[in-house]
Amino acid sequence: MEIIIGILLVFMIIGSIISLETKDLLSAIIAIVPVGYFCGIIYLFLGAPDIAITQMVVEVLSLIILIRATIRRDLTTIEEERDFFGLITTFAFIFVFFIFSMEALRYLPPFGTPSFTLNNNSPSNRYLMNGLKETGAANIVSAIILDYRGYDTLGEATILFTSILGALAILRIYARKRSKNE
Amino acid sequence: MQGKGVKMNEEKGMSLIVKTVTRWLKGFIFLFGAYIVVYGHLSPGGGFPGGVVFAATFILITLAFGREYALRKIGKILASELDSLGALLFLLIALLGIYYGGTFFLNFIEKNHPTGNFNLFSAGIIPLCQISIGMKVGASLFMIFIILSVVRVVFVDGKGKLITTEKKDKK
Repeated sequence: MEIIIGILLVFMIIGSIISLETKDLLSAIIAIVPVGYFCGIIYLFLGAPDIAITQMVVEVLSLIILIRATIRRDLTTIEEERDFFGLITTFAFIFVFFIFSMEALRYLPPFGTPSFTLNNNSPSNRYLMNGLKETGAANIVSAIILDYRGYDTLGEATILFTSILGALAILRIYARKRSKNE
Repeated sequence: MQGKGVKMNEEKGMSLIVKTVTRWLKGFIFLFGAYIVVYGHLSPGGGFPGGVVFAATFILITLAFGREYALRKIGKILASELDSLGALLFLLIALLGIYYGGTFFLNFIEKNHPTGNFNLFSAGIIPLCQISIGMKVGASLFMIFIILSVVRVVFVDGKGKLITTEKKDKK
């Protein structure tokens, strides 16, 4: 299974590099598609069908929105040499991040080990043991996000609501100014 | 099924094949979204993916029939009302927990069905929360699509009514 996930990750990296380097905007959007879909397939392999469904559906929707929102816009390309100092700084930061992450990843448990359920007093263990009895929901993910952790979901809904509100407000102000000039 | 002023077979939107397929499939897609939302406590799914499927249904109608037809079916004001209604419903369910038991987000409805756990009417407030989240997410994502791709210029006339027009000549 790790080999399949590795192959999918390589395809995701190739797709993102192509979408960064291509000149055409539509080609860039098409090339970014494997990142989302293979991410959903990886979630499916790792045993998280809830997240996989969400990832697939959101990927389709974001693809439609990206194509509709960008296909009529003018593309401005900047023909410039890349800054040498910026390139050096980028690689230095990547190197430092790599060193620190190698140090941190040494302490992770092996792949596929449910380390959070090994301790008997941990919350995850309690959710898995008593989830069906205490909430009555057969899907343990729903039981956690809407019963045990309902407060977090309320915050998430508030974030979405606020962001929609901000987008609406900004675009409406822009439109009103334009209609006054006419 | 047809709108008052805008007919379905008008020369707006995509071709006749796309329109016919959309007319046949839109109900099934909506039904699938409703299934994902309502059965979220029994099978994989939940409020967020179901709401995105709801939004995708209306986006499909918008793309196939043109924006006048879709905005006649579900306007921008109705979408914002549904968005606020979903958020307030979720908050109301959370506050009813304080009223009944003194705890925020208390599961105050009977949790277990008498015939067993794997039943549609089980898990207390969880299906109600899923429905409110699905309503909210669907309406808000449809509004994002309208704002980003359909509406070009929005202005308010004397009666305070929102009218959407598209600007023809772009600078």
